[in-house]
Amino acid sequence: MLFASGCQSVREQRTTISFWGMGTEGERVKVLIPEFERTHPNIHVVVQQIPWTAAHEKLLTAYAGESTPDVCQLGNTWLPEFTMLKALEPLEPFLRQSSLVTLNDFFDGVLKTNIIDSTLYGIPWYVDTRVLFYRRDLLQAAGWSQPPKTWAEMMRLCASMKEQAKARGIKCYPLFLPTNEWVPAIALGMQAGGELLRQNKTLGNFSGPNFRKAFTLMADIYRNDYSPSGMQLIINLYNSFSDGLVAMYITGPWNIGEFSQRIAPDVRDKWMTAPLPSMDSTWPGASLPLGTSLVIFRQSRHKKEAAQLIEFLASREQSLAFYKITGNLPPRKSAWTDTSLANNRYIQAFYQQLQRLTPLPQVPEWEQIVIKLQLYVEHIATNTMTVDEALRRFDSDTDRMLEKRRWLVETGKIR
Amino acid sequence: MSTEKSYRRIVDRTAAAWLFLSPSLAAIAVFFVVPVLSALVMSFTDFDIYALGDLSVVRFIGFENYRRIFELPIFWSALRNTFYFVLVGGPLSVAVSLGTALMVNAKLTRFKPLFRTIFFLPVVTSLVAVAVVWRYLYHPAHGILNYLLSFAGIAPIDWLGNPAIAMPAIIVLAVWKGFGYNMLIFIAGLQNIPDELYEAAHMDGANAWRQFVDITLPMLTPTSVFVVMITIIGYFQLFAEPYVMTQGGPLNSTMSIVLLMYEQGFRWWNMGFAAAIAFVLFVVILIFTLLQMALQRRMQ
Amino acid sequence: MKRLRPSSILLHAGLIVVALVTMTPVLWMLSASFMAPGEASSFPPPFIPGRFTLEHYRALADRLQMGRYFINSMIVAGAVTIISLFFNSMAGYAFAKFRFKGRDSMFRFLLSGMVVPAQVTMLPLFLLLKTFGFVNTYMGAIIPGLASIFGIFLIRQFAGSIPDSFIEAAQIDGASEFKIYRSIILPLCRPILYTLALFTFMGTWNDFMWPLIIMTDDSRYTLPVALANLMGEHALDLELMMAGSVITILPVMILFLVFQRHYVRGIMVGKSNALSQVGPLCADE
Repeated sequence: MLFASGCQSVREQRTTISFWGMGTEGERVKVLIPEFERTHPNIHVVVQQIPWTAAHEKLLTAYAGESTPDVCQLGNTWLPEFTMLKALEPLEPFLRQSSLVTLNDFFDGVLKTNIIDSTLYGIPWYVDTRVLFYRRDLLQAAGWSQPPKTWAEMMRLCASMKEQAKARGIKCYPLFLPTNEWVPAIALGMQAGGELLRQNKTLGNFSGPNFRKAFTLMADIYRNDYSPSGMQLIINLYNSFSDGLVAMYITGPWNIGEFSQRIAPDVRDKWMTAPLPSMDSTWPGASLPLGTSLVIFRQSRHKKEAAQLIEFLASREQSLAFYKITGNLPPRKSAWTDTSLANNRYIQAFYQQLQRLTPLPQVPEWEQIVIKLQLYVEHIATNTMTVDEALRRFDSDTDRMLEKRRWLVETGKIR
Repeated sequence: MSTEKSYRRIVDRTAAAWLFLSPSLAAIAVFFVVPVLSALVMSFTDFDIYALGDLSVVRFIGFENYRRIFELPIFWSALRNTFYFVLVGGPLSVAVSLGTALMVNAKLTRFKPLFRTIFFLPVVTSLVAVAVVWRYLYHPAHGILNYLLSFAGIAPIDWLGNPAIAMPAIIVLAVWKGFGYNMLIFIAGLQNIPDELYEAAHMDGANAWRQFVDITLPMLTPTSVFVVMITIIGYFQLFAEPYVMTQGGPLNSTMSIVLLMYEQGFRWWNMGFAAAIAFVLFVVILIFTLLQMALQRRMQ
Repeated sequence: MKRLRPSSILLHAGLIVVALVTMTPVLWMLSASFMAPGEASSFPPPFIPGRFTLEHYRALADRLQMGRYFINSMIVAGAVTIISLFFNSMAGYAFAKFRFKGRDSMFRFLLSGMVVPAQVTMLPLFLLLKTFGFVNTYMGAIIPGLASIFGIFLIRQFAGSIPDSFIEAAQIDGASEFKIYRSIILPLCRPILYTLALFTFMGTWNDFMWPLIIMTDDSRYTLPVALANLMGEHALDLELMMAGSVITILPVMILFLVFQRHYVRGIMVGKSNALSQVGPLCADE
């Protein structure tokens, strides 16, 4: 650590810790650091920005080259992978006595994704989940004063909107379900009962009854033309949403800001957010705990200081400050009483949704599996495969991707 | 070999020769030959993310990686895109190089060094840096390209966002960036053609076009062979352009073999699989090179 | 002055058009780097800054550590150039002027290596350098460029044209082998050494994929990697990006303009010489 020793010669007593932040978060978090350094005069934080597009390979090569940072922001779906590599430090010992971080204040579903084999490896930094963005006026015109609460309602709504549009001779896609996003499909699968992998998560279970229900629903949506089946049809989502081509869209918190800015002025107060509809009557339906967590790498030589930084960033106060500069939602329930969140009408849906999250299967291959899923969503959208065939193939792809894991589990090399 | 005669008078200096060779050969052996051979071995294993954590879980799986490559739809799109790039971009690049070389080398041309320097400048630039500008030139809403096209009444084109146009856009960038290099080599080749040949043809009443076809092109054949070979080998390794411009998108329309290899290898750490992709590319390039040599031999 | 003929006018018009197309992106990059924030992305695109500003260069230097990346690039490109020039010139000379068993077959073996895409070696090379502890070090970035088959090939072709009598005369004077190399071969090879030096420096300076992989800590990034990183984060600060691009491009461009006479001569001599050899060598196999 040439770098650290250089700094130490200037300020003898300070410990330098490195923090990798991704994308815009890596840039904006720098604003919070001076306050941390003021309250922790013995610690100096060096923030390095990693572009999201190169983040995964950067972390893996850093791990391989033994040059990981002390603290890092890690996508929730990457946690199982880095835990498998034994790259992360268990956090509980550091935070047991913390007055700033109380674990039961985090949304349950989000915290669960950070616990692997009953060990806590990450502290949620911000949460991201998906809810329904919809045009209130268009739903009202179709006779719906409330957004749909079940799948059946959703389909009825789509049907009536489609019919009305047809009568008036205009084009309309009631629900935009992009073929290049895996989150809606998996969320629907979770609502239908989850268990997307079977046999100790070593085999795909997508052709099982639960995911089949979800996929059939999606196929119906595409085949009835409720959603465009290709990405080319919606060139600019915000324009399409403004001129009524699209009435509903499942997306995340960053779009609150985008919608507020980029939607046409005349429809600016005509949209709203709502939790996802559910398969049965237990509204809201489950959504996914996405977002990122803060972790300490095992190779860090300043774990105590690293933990102090995490404690600071995960505190109620700082997660609110971070929300104000980035729009990223705080993972702590107590933060949501703050007026900045409580008074934002678009955000309430997220609060409700965050109570109903289902953790994703914790396998290192997850990201590769869901990338593959997009291909099959595309196939059923364009009707080039039946639901049966798509799911059968997706299962066999998944089985193949999990082959190594299966072998490791069978030979007892991992649990 | 014709140079053989000249060695005869030199005393045997084997020991000194090896001394001079050793630094280079050692470096090549350790940092090139060994990695190539290990890549070959690796391509028969399932070296993956689990192996990164624990080397003992690597298994030999024979030709399984190679079999899986050909089952992978994205490999076929990457192969198709790479061929598109090589077969459209390669000839275009060679043609532009030859055309500019002929223009710069023409007897009438003044300020030859100036033009030569200007045409060569893009070669010395860093691709990442010029990609920044080109991304902007290609910007659908306020890029210069669409602005200029608007004068011709052409509606804005989403150069990098449209799957049908993204690859041609990448090709234009690559040709712009690289044609100067081959141009220099062509100029060198042109200058090696004896003037007497043209004078004789002129006396025979051959026009400029006939002179080009009957003298310039045949005399330029060895240069062209070299240029085409270098270009093909280089173009097959398409990586940086799509990596910085499009990340392989939209809809994988600019995904190249090397980019696929990079993603498999370094993003997902499927190193065994990625090594197999690299060798498939190697074989493709080898086949092309051998084909070209065979063609060249037949022409002679 | 020659009389202007229509064909001459046509020819020069063509040349000027190509020159304009070639230069526009670079000139616009330069111009936009001096524009006020947001100006470059107005419509229609401006070609000349309305208000000339240096703030982006200042931001790059102060806030974004461009100076450090510049030094990193210098270290890596400089070291690779110097060391590889030394290695390659020795090997090229040995292949050209020494007779020893297995020389031609070894040279041919090396040449065939040029067909192997560099990417094949990248994965194992990374793992190899990892075991040496060279990941995230300058050494890691420098090592793969140390010996280049292409460089050896160029030198060999050029050194081949040096008359043997020069070497023999020195031998009679009792000069050591290294002295012959240093005081006869190297000076005579100067044109091709210039070419190779510039070629190597350019290639290393502009190299993107390898430093991207091997350097994990941003204090070790080279300019292109830093720029790509910047692109991910500041894609909207167009003028800032342009200034970053200018800084990345400028050093090599200046170097090229200063040495271009040597460089071009080397390429011409080296290549045309090389060309006469490539054909037979390939045909031999």
